[in-house]
Amino acid sequence: MAQHKINYLSEGGLPIALTTVDKLVQWGRSNSLWPLTYGLACCAIEMMATGASRYDFDRFGTIFRASPRQSDVLIIAGTLTKKHAQFLRRLYDQMTEPKWVISMGSCANTGGMFNTYATVQGADRIIPVDIYLPGCAPRPETLQYALMLLQKQIRKESASRKLKPKRLV
Amino acid sequence: MRRYEDRKNVQAKAYYSDRFYKAPHIPRLDFKEDEVFANDVESIGSKFEIKKAYIECEQLVVYIKPQDIVGVMRHLKERLNYNFLSELSAIDWLAKSGEFEIFYQMLSTKKRKRMRVKYFIKEKDAIPSVMEVYKSADWAEREMYDMFGIKILNHHYMKRLLMPDDWHGYPLRKTYPLHGDEEAQWYEIDRIFGKEFRDVIGPEQRDSAKIVKTDTHNFSRIGHEVPFGAPYSEKPTQNDYQEEEGIPIVRKLSKKDSKILKERP
Repeated sequence: MAQHKINYLSEGGLPIALTTVDKLVQWGRSNSLWPLTYGLACCAIEMMATGASRYDFDRFGTIFRASPRQSDVLIIAGTLTKKHAQFLRRLYDQMTEPKWVISMGSCANTGGMFNTYATVQGADRIIPVDIYLPGCAPRPETLQYALMLLQKQIRKESASRKLKPKRLV
Repeated sequence: MRRYEDRKNVQAKAYYSDRFYKAPHIPRLDFKEDEVFANDVESIGSKFEIKKAYIECEQLVVYIKPQDIVGVMRHLKERLNYNFLSELSAIDWLAKSGEFEIFYQMLSTKKRKRMRVKYFIKEKDAIPSVMEVYKSADWAEREMYDMFGIKILNHHYMKRLLMPDDWHGYPLRKTYPLHGDEEAQWYEIDRIFGKEFRDVIGPEQRDSAKIVKTDTHNFSRIGHEVPFGAPYSEKPTQNDYQEEEGIPIVRKLSKKDSKILKERP
């Protein structure tokens, strides 16, 4: 160590970073967002493309998990039918706090072009949504951007705060 | 339920107009023009009553009596080599004559011919299942029950196929509203939260063109985002991925400090 003669005062400072617990925890959370492996329709194809090697979700620390108990993010990728709505709600309830929801694509946002009797007109009628992604279907870049925005939002939040009751129930 | 109405006034609606629509007219030929079909009609007619038969789009169409259907299907399969039931379903003529038209689309891979068996039933009538002859009728009959409410006799598992079991109404009837009846519109709310939450969640927003700039619960303007439910603001928002002050450990990349390498170091 001594032979290198590092001047800590001039070369980027001491190898110590001062921060708060909040920031450290949220930095960790935001960089290991594990989404649930859950696809409903054609948006799921784009979601798979995002997870695959070309777009590579893994470099954001985003690794798809097969169980809601291990996931932090629910990506609603596709058309939510009324028959399926209760199962989406059940999956959301099974996820542990803290949890976030990305509504991916027009169908999940508002029902999209399916202005019919069998489609839920917006997934936010069932579960609270954090980020709405426009597009039909959104490109993988859009999903990545949404994830980045979600990370940014998480870093702003306090880790120790009492969880706010979300809009629905 | 929506009343059935004729389409005379359809042009008054801005989103749909059929003023240039011409109903396609498909010529119906005599079934005797095709030798194979003429034999088929003769063979069916020797055992069952045929009300009407003709050729349309190179396919034979045969109208029979409802009670003969299982016998006709068995005859078609065993004697006439129609080995494939591609599809069966119904057509809603309730407004016109109070009837359903049931059709069975058949294919013979040996004769390379397609034919269609049809008959009319009244609204409340049940029809016999043809599952004992063609296994492919299983789900098709369930779908017909699901979509039109036509009861099938002797079916081994008479249950809705597409819609949930507790669904109200039959969606493919002409009288069924596109946006669903009241039960349908509140289905997921009733099912998940209970009826008392209808007021909390509110009715569905069905107008796809609706935009309310000041409503920050449902809308967001790119570049002017505000937190959910916060008052509307014209102020532009910072849209960079990284925060201005950076986060611990990761430092913000300054565009001035970046440089493009000409060759690999």
